[in-house]
Amino acid sequence: MLYIFCPHCGLRSQNEFAYGGDATVKRPELNKEISDQEWNNFVYLRKSPRGKHLELWHHISGCRQWIKVERDTSTHEIFKTYKADELTE
Amino acid sequence: MSQDFRLDNIGMVNRNKKISFTFNGKKYFGYEGDTIASALIANGVHLVGRSFKYHRPRGFFGVGVDEPYAILQLERNNERDPNIRATEQEIFEGLEVKSVNCWPSVNFDIGAINNFLKMFFPAGFYYKTFMWPPSFWYKIYEPFIRMAAGFGEASIKHDKERYEHKYEYCDLLITGSGPSGLASAYAAAKNGARVILAEDKPRYGGSLLTSDVNIGNQTGAEWSEKIITELKSMSNVIVKNRSQVFGYYDHNMLVMSERISDHLPKTQKYLPKQRLWYIRAKEVLISSGSIERPLVFGNNDTPGVMLSSAAKEYIKVYGVLVGKKPLIFTNNDSGYETAIEFKKNGVNPLILDTRKEPSSDIITEAKNLGIEIKYSYVVVAAKGYKKVKSADIAKISDNKKDLSNIENIECDCICVSGFWTPSIHLASQSGNKSEFNEKIDAFIPKKSKQKENTIGSANGKFTLEETINEAFNKGYEVSNKITENNNKVSIPTVVEKKSTEHDKFWCVPLPKGKSYKRFLDFQNDVAVTDIELALREGFRSIEHVKRYTTLGMATDQGKTSNLNGLQLVSDIENKVVPQVGHTTFRPPYTPVSIGAIVGREVGKHSKPTRKSPMHEWHEKNNAVFVDAGVWLRPRYYKQGNETLFEASKREAKNVRKNVGVCDVTTLGKIDVKGPDAAEFLNRVYTNAWLKLPVGKARYGVMLREDGIVMDDGTTTRISENHYHMTTTTAQAANVLSHLEYYLQLVWPELNVNVVSTTEQWAGAAIAGPNSRALLMKLFPNTDVSNEALPFMGYKEADLFGIPAKIYRISFSGELAYEVNVESDYGNFMWEKIIEVGKEFQIQAYGTEALSTLRIEMGHVAGSELDGRTIPHDASLEGLVSKKKDFIGKRSLSRSAFTKPDREKIVGVVPLDKTTSIPEGSYIVKDPKAKLPNPKLGHVSASCWSVEYDNPFSLAIIKDGKNMIGQKLFAMSPLKNKTIPVEIVSSHYVDPEGKRVRA
Ligand SMILES: [Zn+2]
Repeated sequence: MLYIFCPHCGLRSQNEFAYGGDATVKRPELNKEISDQEWNNFVYLRKSPRGKHLELWHHISGCRQWIKVERDTSTHEIFKTYKADELTE
Repeated sequence: MSQDFRLDNIGMVNRNKKISFTFNGKKYFGYEGDTIASALIANGVHLVGRSFKYHRPRGFFGVGVDEPYAILQLERNNERDPNIRATEQEIFEGLEVKSVNCWPSVNFDIGAINNFLKMFFPAGFYYKTFMWPPSFWYKIYEPFIRMAAGFGEASIKHDKERYEHKYEYCDLLITGSGPSGLASAYAAAKNGARVILAEDKPRYGGSLLTSDVNIGNQTGAEWSEKIITELKSMSNVIVKNRSQVFGYYDHNMLVMSERISDHLPKTQKYLPKQRLWYIRAKEVLISSGSIERPLVFGNNDTPGVMLSSAAKEYIKVYGVLVGKKPLIFTNNDSGYETAIEFKKNGVNPLILDTRKEPSSDIITEAKNLGIEIKYSYVVVAAKGYKKVKSADIAKISDNKKDLSNIENIECDCICVSGFWTPSIHLASQSGNKSEFNEKIDAFIPKKSKQKENTIGSANGKFTLEETINEAFNKGYEVSNKITENNNKVSIPTVVEKKSTEHDKFWCVPLPKGKSYKRFLDFQNDVAVTDIELALREGFRSIEHVKRYTTLGMATDQGKTSNLNGLQLVSDIENKVVPQVGHTTFRPPYTPVSIGAIVGREVGKHSKPTRKSPMHEWHEKNNAVFVDAGVWLRPRYYKQGNETLFEASKREAKNVRKNVGVCDVTTLGKIDVKGPDAAEFLNRVYTNAWLKLPVGKARYGVMLREDGIVMDDGTTTRISENHYHMTTTTAQAANVLSHLEYYLQLVWPELNVNVVSTTEQWAGAAIAGPNSRALLMKLFPNTDVSNEALPFMGYKEADLFGIPAKIYRISFSGELAYEVNVESDYGNFMWEKIIEVGKEFQIQAYGTEALSTLRIEMGHVAGSELDGRTIPHDASLEGLVSKKKDFIGKRSLSRSAFTKPDREKIVGVVPLDKTTSIPEGSYIVKDPKAKLPNPKLGHVSASCWSVEYDNPFSLAIIKDGKNMIGQKLFAMSPLKNKTIPVEIVSSHYVDPEGKRVRA
């Protein structure tokens, strides 16, 4: 079970969190004309990298904040965690 | 019955407490502190089971977790406990155990014929034998495999025992209380660290209990007793026996299973059977020791052949002799220690040492005691079927290839020692890559991967002095990183006998003309020939050899067999062991009961049960409840002998005719607040929200980004910047997360906050033509006329002194209101509604009547919004704004969602107006069409229309709009029904929606 540092609450066990997928995906702006392909990429296409990955976790049984977690997908090492609005390196 | 093999003056069992138990129906006795193994051996019983594949006789091989043979079935409190290890299970009064994997009895086992058919059971026989024809699987192969294989039989009854989970945090977790565990725990505890020390056996001390050593002028056993007593008295230390740390998971999470009452006659009422500990440790010291390595020779699986360290422990801990004519077969000094214990207790052993001219303190002591020793000697084969009777021994040449002077000597047990294998399982599970150490011919952990360090013999330290020094230093070092107390205790002096190097020799060659089975894996019956065959057939990777031969895949996970297997593969392949590598160690280290894993999360405890504030009233009024997510909701209120069908019909009819009240507390409620709340809702919902006036409600549909409907519900503007959103019961939590996601990550510039208020409000839906009349009596000071409170209107009012909120919304399609009060007043509100409603013939109605009402109105719910439908499919396209953008809008223009024959919701009525259509039925054109019959869609919900008194269903079918009026068929292969139906509008009752606006 992972031990995740919530920037709002501190170290908490994984079972307080819900996984939220790739944190690098950016939603297309509202009212913007975009192609089917671009929209398709946003809705469905995700990379599944081995190694460092920036992902979203929701501290669902804690402060209910979405946070960004930089994690190694093969070793589970967590390098850094960020608040939702914090700039990532 | 006398215990012929019990010694009088040695051992740690309680001689004052005799305990009787039965094995295979026969009564035996032992003493408190005995295991089943020690008690049976004391009684001269060595035959306890049959092997997995060949059904060869099985005895005892070890004395603890590594035991591959003595797997028994335990019966307690009328429950069966399969696959317990006789070497670990302590006896208690009335214990009943029996052998497994044998029929009709352990003494005469028909399956043993496999032993004579072994040409049919070579490596990979599972893959070779049970292949063709496929039809043989079901009738012949599977029953055969099931009957022949496997050990104990699990109980199929509900397990009434109690299992618990516990979460614990500590500075330092130490896994094993041998010399390294005790020393490091002591050093760390004295330095102020919060320590958990776990020991899998009942007694603390590990090898100190059996070895002839001295620490700080005390015997090993005395020293361990002193240390453990002091540790137990310290408030920063938790000491646990009968507790196995079996798994090392990510981020220093370790899991330990504590056997709390497995050794007690009957579980105490408030004492669990086992407890699973989830331990998050800042640092971990792995002090799990080492397991003696067997030697491989002919028939080395015969009962009576066992590890020499086990024989020693049976003597020193249990006061039990495993034999009276022991043969010690060793490649190192450990065998001598066992021989010395036999000798000291009046038994004359014979030592066969594979080494030519070894010399050390221990060997000298054995010689001085007059023990007979034969150097460069091996056991060629054990003789005897159900118990060792004699052994063929031989002189072995210096190159270890040739045997000479073969002779048969009498013996009743063969104690083997092939040196020691560190238990690196936990270190390996933590991600630590191990390395092969040629000095000890075994793998030891390399660089720490997580916060773990391995110490003592688990780290390949085989002298006590090294172990004690390393453990005191490590215990101090890792604790000081955390506490920074700099409190170092002094290291005691150690006295031990010096030993010399082991022989790099494990597998005795076969004499000419003999084909004895030489076993590597004792539980899965994997012999030398199986490995040879696998390699001949081209398997090279050790992982493949393992799976093909099943070496190390039994419940003991190869604790005694892996290294000998690797050694053999490297010898045949002319490689060194590290080139072959070892297979992956995975948790659990020892088997864990399913009950312990599940813990208290069984039955009703597997999830919370949520009840509305009106729950007690429902109970008193004969409500029959149904699970709605985690909520309990009244399904119907039973009157007399009513069935579900009769009751729900009565309740629904009463709503259409008079007035009904339904508990809608479970609906999800979310407060949406802030200056940008309207803009936010406008982006979340498909319809327009910017112009909703204060005091008005609106029905809304929200989508996922892929265009699928996520949820629906009404949201009311309470004040300028305050909205009250409702969601379906099932989606409440998901919708809140969804909203938080967009507010926190996508549109953080919006000044809006959301919070769940589901539990803050109790809700009652009042529906039916009499509902306004009732409301006028409930709220005499509030104008609830159609003009003052129109459809989709909202008012705050006073309910007999209680503040209430009235929403004029309707799910039933009737003139209806939803009244909300603070949860604590829920019951008061409910009782007032029932009391005042009497004169209007009010009746409470449950979810079944609610369903009926919404289905015949064509209102969609979860069975239509099932994660596959877009607004169009549910006839909600009128709510999709063309002007503004919203979540998921771009997806709606995808070609699959815009094709002309897209599915749409319709109504379905059976032509005979009497046959109910099963939910889930297919709608087809031709019921006799060739299979697979092309289906137009499926029936999503069915009811008995109370308006028309005939069955009515909703269905979502292809090109539904143009299907209205057609005669089709509803087919339910599950219920074997084909029903001719007519497709009608989904709005079966009041299609113009006059009633809700009345
Ligand atoms: Zn948090």
